[in-house]
Amino acid sequence: MFMHQLATAGGSEKPLLSLRDINMTFGGVRALKNVSFDVRPGEVHCLAGENGCGKSTLIKIITGVYRPADGASIEYDGETYSHMSPVTAQDRGIQVIWQDLALFPEMSVAENIAFQTVLGRWPKLVDYGRMRQIAKDALARLGVTLDVDLPLKEYAIAQRQIVAIARALVGEARLVFMDEPTASLTQSETDHLLDIVRGLSASGVAVVFVSHRLAEVLEISSRITVLRDGALVGVYPASGMTQSRITELMTGKTFDQRVRAKSRDDQPIVLEVKGLSRPGQFEDVSLTVRRGETLGITGLLGAGRTELALTLFGMLKPTSGTIALEGRQVRFSSNRDAIRAGVAYLSEDRLSLGLIQPQSIADNLVISSLDKILAGGLLSDERKGGLVGRWIADLGVKIGLQQDAISTLSGGNQQRVAIAKWLATDPKLLILDAPTVGVDVGARAGIFDIVARLAESGLAIILISDEVPEVYFNADRVLHMAQGRIVGSYDPRASSLAEIEGAVYA
Amino acid sequence: MRSFARTHATEVSLLAVIIAISAVLSVSTANFFSLGNAFDLLNISSVNIIFAVGLLVVLIAGGIDISFAVAASVVQYGTAIALGWIGGGGWISGLLIAGSIGILLGAINAFLIHRFKVISIVATISTFNIYFGLLMFFTKGVSIYDLPDWLTDRVILFEHEMPDGTWIEITLPVLVMVICVIATWVLITRTTTGRQLYAFGDNPEGARRFGINIGAMQFIAFGWLGLMAGIGGLIQAHYAQEVVPNALYGRELDVLAAVVLGGARLGGGRGSVLGCVLGVLLISITQNGLNLMGVSPFAFKMIIGAIILAAITLSNTNIERLLPFIAQKGAGR
Repeated sequence: MFMHQLATAGGSEKPLLSLRDINMTFGGVRALKNVSFDVRPGEVHCLAGENGCGKSTLIKIITGVYRPADGASIEYDGETYSHMSPVTAQDRGIQVIWQDLALFPEMSVAENIAFQTVLGRWPKLVDYGRMRQIAKDALARLGVTLDVDLPLKEYAIAQRQIVAIARALVGEARLVFMDEPTASLTQSETDHLLDIVRGLSASGVAVVFVSHRLAEVLEISSRITVLRDGALVGVYPASGMTQSRITELMTGKTFDQRVRAKSRDDQPIVLEVKGLSRPGQFEDVSLTVRRGETLGITGLLGAGRTELALTLFGMLKPTSGTIALEGRQVRFSSNRDAIRAGVAYLSEDRLSLGLIQPQSIADNLVISSLDKILAGGLLSDERKGGLVGRWIADLGVKIGLQQDAISTLSGGNQQRVAIAKWLATDPKLLILDAPTVGVDVGARAGIFDIVARLAESGLAIILISDEVPEVYFNADRVLHMAQGRIVGSYDPRASSLAEIEGAVYA
Repeated sequence: MRSFARTHATEVSLLAVIIAISAVLSVSTANFFSLGNAFDLLNISSVNIIFAVGLLVVLIAGGIDISFAVAASVVQYGTAIALGWIGGGGWISGLLIAGSIGILLGAINAFLIHRFKVISIVATISTFNIYFGLLMFFTKGVSIYDLPDWLTDRVILFEHEMPDGTWIEITLPVLVMVICVIATWVLITRTTTGRQLYAFGDNPEGARRFGINIGAMQFIAFGWLGLMAGIGGLIQAHYAQEVVPNALYGRELDVLAAVVLGGARLGGGRGSVLGCVLGVLLISITQNGLNLMGVSPFAFKMIIGAIILAAITLSNTNIERLLPFIAQKGAGR
């Protein structure tokens, strides 16, 4: 506790880590430009910036994965280095918890935590007793009990996160980097993790925290360093910071968030759902979406939103209730029927379900509309190029070549391609399920601009998100789903954001 | 015991299947259930078990090797020629030469995979063809029968006549096999290098971030398999009392199937020596039983194929559902 107070109070205290003149170039692109960065002992310091701003590169330089350009100075705990090596960094107590955790799922919890005991160039006998003791001690420090003999794969992601932290502690960590540690955790798991971070900080371990969730950043950190396009924007105390201010610093733009809602009551109904149920997932759901209307659906994780969307898309079958498209009742036996009837669904998990990562941008874009690019019964490259070019231009996707792999694009641009893929099928109804997950703040605004434009052109849109502000500002009407039922309906022009958030997060 | 059953579900179920098959065979055939037959099985299976534990190490490290059986044939010829040069030699020099040639051939695979980033299945299919082609070209398909006497003489370490008139014998191949099995077990479970191999196979990127020497891992894994292929090759020549260039051709797939049956995962990070040995034994027992039951040898491959398919399908569809006594769910899920 003492160290923690010292850290938050200290303005003049000597930093544990101090970087100066960090430059890094990848294939002609400057990833970092004269960046400096300080971390004080025992503080929680947030590193903020959009994807591609250089956060990961900076972490990799500090941990010795990359070597910065000449002239750099890395001062750590009284010693100066021109670059780090992974071994030096670990020996000196610098630990990283990577976003993908870098754990070994087939190996036991004990081995994962005490993995450093099996490192070394020359073979030694493994001391399993010592390994288990180390693992138990590390877990005890975090106040967690796990069966250290079980393979790690038996545990869910939240516990794996804890194992990764325990592993960092074993290396006598004095500086721990956490890269998006809460990305796949639920709220209560996140709270537990933040408690653990506070505990680490209180025991004198400095934590550098990277997260897209700005609310969390403000809650946990004492200082925030903001990077943009590889350059330092500034270092700010967390007290007095707001989410919108951080967003502005990260993107260099101001976002005026205004309610876009309009009444579409004069427009014909595109989708009418009556009494739709799938017991255990959702019950008695009725809703309508009109031409040009954006219907927002929000609610906590597990409220049945995605199951409802999958049912409208023909991938799940309702046990009762009806779905009508443009006044005609429909019954989908598969999503192929739904696509043919004019329903498009942008899936929640873009990375694994929505896009085929190693394939090209062009191939991803046309995958759902192959019949539109046939010439004489065979696929025509010419027609494909034309179709792809049209949508790329229309949605403002920034690409190199159409043939580049989709994985070369940023999150925001991938999402645009995913939307284009569905627009190419000429849908009447577009369901967007959590369209901004993994997309930067700056790119989010771009995606919602596209959504607004699509609605204006006459598409009916269902926008699903667990972030209430997203639906509040971008939908014409907001439905609140909880435990499979629609429990509230709001008009953003008549309700305040706080009112809806109060209902959803209560 | 229950935790052993959970963490070793594959081995436990393999053992259960072996016991079940043995029970059926001892009822339906007269000769299966005898110690003499059991020791015969061990003698017959020794070479395959030696190959299997070598291949296991490569699978654990996330690779695969198609070339080792043919490499073992190359070792047999190379060793026979080298022994001729040194004027006969003996078991020590023979094993040293065979092991060294084996390691060299394994290292070629590791070099191709590590240096040129060729995926292991492609690299080893290529070396499989190269090794076999060179062997057939230089030997013109001719076998060697005039091997040194020490190599072709049966070495019986222990024999005993049972009251029922059958003999139990422990021969040299069994001893060598036991040594290879124990050595491999020590390597992969008791040494830091072995755990690094597991980690590398499980999550190569994670292993790299820990500063594990990836190149060394490839050379150790393929070198170990090369060593086992070399030793296995010499033992096979001893057992068959001749060297035939295509004697081991096709053996790679039998061994691979047995190792995968034993719970090793194509893709790395999982597999145990016990499972591997049980996998080989299950196939040998089945083959032996079919033989004793008078089933046509032409049907063997088909039946063995079906057993492997069934076993792997079952183990993929969650063994815990089939053997509910193992199913004590973990705290995690």
